Amino acid sequence: MSVLVIAEHDNQAIKTATLHAVTAAAEIAKAAGSDVHMLVSGQGCRAAADAGAKVAGVAKVLLAEDAAYDHGLAENWGPLVVKLAQGGHSHVLATATTFGKNLMPRVAAMLDVMQISDISAVVSADTFVRPIYAGNALATVQSKDAIKIITVRGTAFAPAEATGGSGTVEAIEGTGAAGLSEFVRAELSKSERPELTSARVIISGGRGMQSGDNFPLLEKVADRLGAAVGASRAAVDAGFVPNDYQVGQTGKIVAPELYIAVGISGAIQHLAGMKDSKVIVAINKDEDAPIFQVADYGLVGDLFKLVPELDEELAKRQS
Amino acid sequence: MKALVAVKRVVDYNVKVRVKADQTGVETANVKMSMNPFDEIAVEEALRLREAGKVTEVIAFSAGVAQCQETIRTALAMGADRGVLVQTDVELQPLAVAKLLKAVIDKEQPEIVIVGKQAIDDDCNQTGQMLAALMGWPQATFASKLVLGDGKAEVTREVDGGLETIALKLPVLVTTDLRLNEPRYASLPNIMKAKKKPIATMTPDELGVDVTPRLVTLKVEEPAKRQGGVKVGSVAELVDKLKNEARVI
Repeated sequence: MSVLVIAEHDNQAIKTATLHAVTAAAEIAKAAGSDVHMLVSGQGCRAAADAGAKVAGVAKVLLAEDAAYDHGLAENWGPLVVKLAQGGHSHVLATATTFGKNLMPRVAAMLDVMQISDISAVVSADTFVRPIYAGNALATVQSKDAIKIITVRGTAFAPAEATGGSGTVEAIEGTGAAGLSEFVRAELSKSERPELTSARVIISGGRGMQSGDNFPLLEKVADRLGAAVGASRAAVDAGFVPNDYQVGQTGKIVAPELYIAVGISGAIQHLAGMKDSKVIVAINKDEDAPIFQVADYGLVGDLFKLVPELDEELAKRQS
Repeated sequence: MKALVAVKRVVDYNVKVRVKADQTGVETANVKMSMNPFDEIAVEEALRLREAGKVTEVIAFSAGVAQCQETIRTALAMGADRGVLVQTDVELQPLAVAKLLKAVIDKEQPEIVIVGKQAIDDDCNQTGQMLAALMGWPQATFASKLVLGDGKAEVTREVDGGLETIALKLPVLVTTDLRLNEPRYASLPNIMKAKKKPIATMTPDELGVDVTPRLVTLKVEEPAKRQGGVKVGSVAELVDKLKNEARVI
């Protein structure tokens, strides 16, 4: 019985998000005395399968080539993952991205098992730690089901090395299209900046930014630091920026080296998404804002004065 | 066509939860409870479909302890037509809730079911997808826009990199994301009216559903507390500290 990781890829390479799940899978495989397999599906994704076989710790890549698996439609992926789960896999893992969160509960219900969502630690082959109540409590849960369906909190596991492995690739039969849903179009944010979930530095804006028109202030600093730009739920709710900027309980969970919170008060739901960052900086005009309780460095004052100053100061030191 | 929405009674989002000293869970006695915020968005969306003439009736479902009736009343006060409560004191996990929902849906035959993408207590993000699987329906999770057409739905979803639009056959399961709509407040007259709307109450046994939990919670702990740091006096001092003390830039 092996541990299976469902891979996300761009047909050429395995996404970093998936490498975090490989690490969690390796911990489970070690506890269970088994090995790690990876599923790569889509059309024209052999190169990604080859890349998957090089990921440290992956013993075998299962490659299902079929256009039905493009765009990650859960209705089509579900039967394939169920077939593999029943065919010799004790655990199936995916990272808790929107793809993983969409697919895995569907798989779990088809197998009549309870999913273990968003695990942050592996205790044993059947026992895991997962945050609840926006990370204000940690639950240790034991699964009584025969097959464990798991999503993994990326920030809680270091990514596996993308190279150095020597797994094999085995082509498998797909299960075809379910005929229930189809992809229409995607409008993906175009940005030269790093992705939020893998950025080393993040600068986020909250309601204090007052308008989406003021986000370029943050973007200037972001570009100086090679940072990603994020936002609080309040800023998304107010329509300043799109939802894919959102950091928090109901958005993205991040843990960069440096997180700069600008005009963010520090609601529980925002802290849930960023409090595992290594260093937190808060810039806010309200010196009693809860964000200062978690910030390593706090700066009280008007962000419209301080952020441009920060940009100048960084420019001075870089030149 | 009928629409069914599922609403969950959770600790209010403004409450700072406390872990119990015996590590069995979090304190819920004498704590303010409310409808899960994503479920409010689900109720609102169903009401808008009814107001647009696409849906004839909105049924609000909840499962759990007797007080879940209050959560259903909130949905009725917003405008839902009637309620269904599956009452039990057993801890309900998402798979069990999905099975209860299936049993009710098999009777009620709605063509669209809308639920919140995630409950803010257990943060599972499972029930909707599980229900779609059990029904053999397509699923549109994390919806930010819903267009109901003839025999199909077109849904725009919030995905990690931006937005994605998919087309699905009816009947369909939709889970709500933040930007789908802004839920209305219940007006006083509507709160009064809601008291007279019917709520059918049943038990898991009557529906023939085994709700025994599959996950056993061994313990619940408080996470390590993050220590607050220092306030700095100027931008120059901040940059200096980030460079020389924290060494992150």
